[in-house]
Amino acid sequence: MNAFTRLSALKIVIVGHVDHGKSTLVGRLLHETGTLPEGKVESLRQVCEKRGMPFEWAFVMDALQAERDQGITIDTAQILFHTDKRPYVIIDAPGHKEFLKNMITGAASADAGVLVIDAIEGVQEQSRRHGYLLHLLGLRQLAVVVNKMDAVDFSESRFNEVAEEIRAYLKEIGVTPTEVIPAAARHGDNIVVRSARMGWYEGPTVTEVLDEFAPAVEETSLPLRFPVQDVFKFDHRRIIAGRIESGRLKVGDRLLFSPSGKTARVATIEAWKVPVPAVSAVAGQSIGVTLDEQVFIERGQIASLLSEPPIGTDVFRARLFWLGRAPLSVGRRYKMKLVTAEHTVTVERIERVIDVNDLASVTTEWVERNAVAEVVLRARSQVALDEFVDDPKTGRFVLVDNFDIVGGGVISMKGFPDVRCRPDAQGLDLTAVAHKVTMKERVRANGHACGVLWLTGLSGSGKSTIAMEVERRLFSKGQQVFVLDGDNVRQGLCADLGFSSEDRAENIRRVGEVAHLFAQAGMIVIAAFISPYRADRDRVRAIAPDVFHEIYIDAPIEECQRRDPKGLYVKARKGAIPEFTGISAPYEPPLNPELVIDTSTLSIDEAVERVLRYVEHDLQRDLLPPLAARPDVSL
Amino acid sequence: MTSDLDALESQSIFILREAFNRIDKVAMLWSIGKDSNVLLWLARKAFFGHVPFPIVHVDTSYKIPEMIAFRDRVAKEWNLPLIIGGNQTAIAAGMHPSRGRVTCCSALKTEPLKQIIKEHGFTGVIVGIRRDEEGTRAKERVFSPRSEQAEWDFKDQPPEFWDQFKTDFAPGTHLRIHPLLHWGELDVWRYIERENIPVVDLYFAKNGRRYRSLGCAPCTGTVESNATTIAEIIEELQTTRVSERAGRAQDKESEDAFERLRSQGYM
Repeated sequence: MNAFTRLSALKIVIVGHVDHGKSTLVGRLLHETGTLPEGKVESLRQVCEKRGMPFEWAFVMDALQAERDQGITIDTAQILFHTDKRPYVIIDAPGHKEFLKNMITGAASADAGVLVIDAIEGVQEQSRRHGYLLHLLGLRQLAVVVNKMDAVDFSESRFNEVAEEIRAYLKEIGVTPTEVIPAAARHGDNIVVRSARMGWYEGPTVTEVLDEFAPAVEETSLPLRFPVQDVFKFDHRRIIAGRIESGRLKVGDRLLFSPSGKTARVATIEAWKVPVPAVSAVAGQSIGVTLDEQVFIERGQIASLLSEPPIGTDVFRARLFWLGRAPLSVGRRYKMKLVTAEHTVTVERIERVIDVNDLASVTTEWVERNAVAEVVLRARSQVALDEFVDDPKTGRFVLVDNFDIVGGGVISMKGFPDVRCRPDAQGLDLTAVAHKVTMKERVRANGHACGVLWLTGLSGSGKSTIAMEVERRLFSKGQQVFVLDGDNVRQGLCADLGFSSEDRAENIRRVGEVAHLFAQAGMIVIAAFISPYRADRDRVRAIAPDVFHEIYIDAPIEECQRRDPKGLYVKARKGAIPEFTGISAPYEPPLNPELVIDTSTLSIDEAVERVLRYVEHDLQRDLLPPLAARPDVSL
Repeated sequence: MTSDLDALESQSIFILREAFNRIDKVAMLWSIGKDSNVLLWLARKAFFGHVPFPIVHVDTSYKIPEMIAFRDRVAKEWNLPLIIGGNQTAIAAGMHPSRGRVTCCSALKTEPLKQIIKEHGFTGVIVGIRRDEEGTRAKERVFSPRSEQAEWDFKDQPPEFWDQFKTDFAPGTHLRIHPLLHWGELDVWRYIERENIPVVDLYFAKNGRRYRSLGCAPCTGTVESNATTIAEIIEELQTTRVSERAGRAQDKESEDAFERLRSQGYM
């Protein structure tokens, strides 16, 4: 047994309002645990004497010249020390508001936090802000030290006041502190040794509380998330390198790489200088694997098991803290980094800015530096991710503007459908059987091209009316045409589905697949569906983009409510229909539809004419549309 | 993960791979000290036995001779893509610590390093510094930007969290990457012991003294010690209260000497 096999150091962040005594607490902790090098305190005392200023324990940490001059911690410093129980890395984070980015830098890597509050001043803005941010960053263990008890004559009643105030605030944000400790860091009261001057306090000292914190555990029991960091080809091996962020994998596992949908099995786990190659690996390990098939894999793909894929979406909600000099605003574009993936995202909505002092919500068009907000972000393409509550590592991201990281956020899918990444057709072990009738032959026999006309819009906008009339007119011209209508398919194909966002997504997915089968059969399909989510429609388009035509049937909600052909709006307003689009659920208009029909200004006949003209000119323009996106079973 | 050393190793490998993937032209500094030997070892682990970037050694001409012998032996054995640099003009002109230690360090270490970076167009330099070595290094980032003049603005450093590093930077500037930042001196020795990594003999005690940190002969002193094996060094470090860089004279020339050196581009 090697005496030096040790526990990993527990990372503690010390936060709090400026001048509440964080650095003093740390300096004293180092001194009392016998961590400081010989002569360090002496040399600092001499420096102070030379400068004619009183010695402060904080100088131990604030080793930089600039800090001694200004008397505040500018950056975050990390210092190692140990108690009898285990080693610690202590992160001293600056309390000054200007240096929030440094506080976050320190705090984000911590396993537990200590919030320092001045017994005289009590809970201040930064006390609350730091408490809130630690929680937002995902830190779940927090102790509170009410410092400078010497300055309030070690008063029990003053301690209780401050303790109650901070407990109340923390409770509101969902945090229960492990302990609230009265202390006088400058004199060492209740730091390591119990203070004789606070006989009324029976709880633990600061180091006792530290020793009670639970160590960090790697998330080996969560679903596998193995983001690809790089693909190496230094020799004959093609090694997929990365760190397992959660879960575990073993040789032989079939991996799904998201969002690309590629799949392959783990052939080997590679390593340098190991006598016997490993056959499994767990969260926290930086590994490299080879695959049984040469599929195209690149950095940013997230490997999972087929049974537990991440969410695949281009839109999501986030709670974020903003560090950028320029405010975050609606419509602005940023680079998002989520594990090893990079995506371009646009700020679609700012739901609310949160005042961390009183936790009130403010509705604004922008988020200022150092603020916390809830936003909806939209990516240009599919992103593989998880909700932060399910998997913190793949449920968080940073935003980059120009050369700088300007914010960080945690993901929630509240209000959006839970649609998972899926393997591509190859990954499903499907082998498409080729038809003996080609698309060319079908088009020639029908005398017209095929396609999917996807009519999207609010209930009452006129989708069904237009669809049925267009079907009649095209049929009269001898064309192969069929309407898929929302209410019709819900009586059969989708009778098992409701109207939650998940069910809506599934409804649209099924209809999309059916519509494309009709199109492959050579027909013109008119699909009339509210299909309120852009992501759902984009997925239908992705099945075969060349035959998909998105037609936005546009009418203001007031007009649709006035028409209300099925009496649904009346019911919805009474609350009889939950999640009704336009009333209690969102509608996301298309960004680049092939055609927009404004039914508030056009008559039904005019609207039908517009669609027919589109079919004649645009759909038929190229009589042989390539069906490229799917492995084409008809060619 | 089976031990704390495995966790440290995995994090360093992650950082090395980020540097290699995200930075166009990256090189690694090799001081021949124990930390940079560990760093080299970790690079070979990260890249499955390969060292896919140049290894840079800045020779001041004052290095302890055993260090240079060790360098040449290991570079050959491990087949390292070695670049050796040095400020020959300053050496020829007689630069010596007697002209001021900070001045000498700037001329013989910082300057040639800047030269090599410029000459080879490196946009990232991997350095084996650790937070626990010294106060200013404690404040470092893992990916730490340097200006066009290689200066370090320690007052305005980028945020760094969730292992998302600063990998975007303006043309002309470069990054210092610090994969060992989170290691302690004791961790380094325990890892050297576990992995059987070669180190210069100067670290082992002779006649009651040994080098704790290695540098140039005129400015590097020994500390009192009887540790003649790695195991004994580990044991000694458990109880010592002498700081690691106690034998490094340039740190002590004035109160903020080391801070000044580092903000100008010293490693």
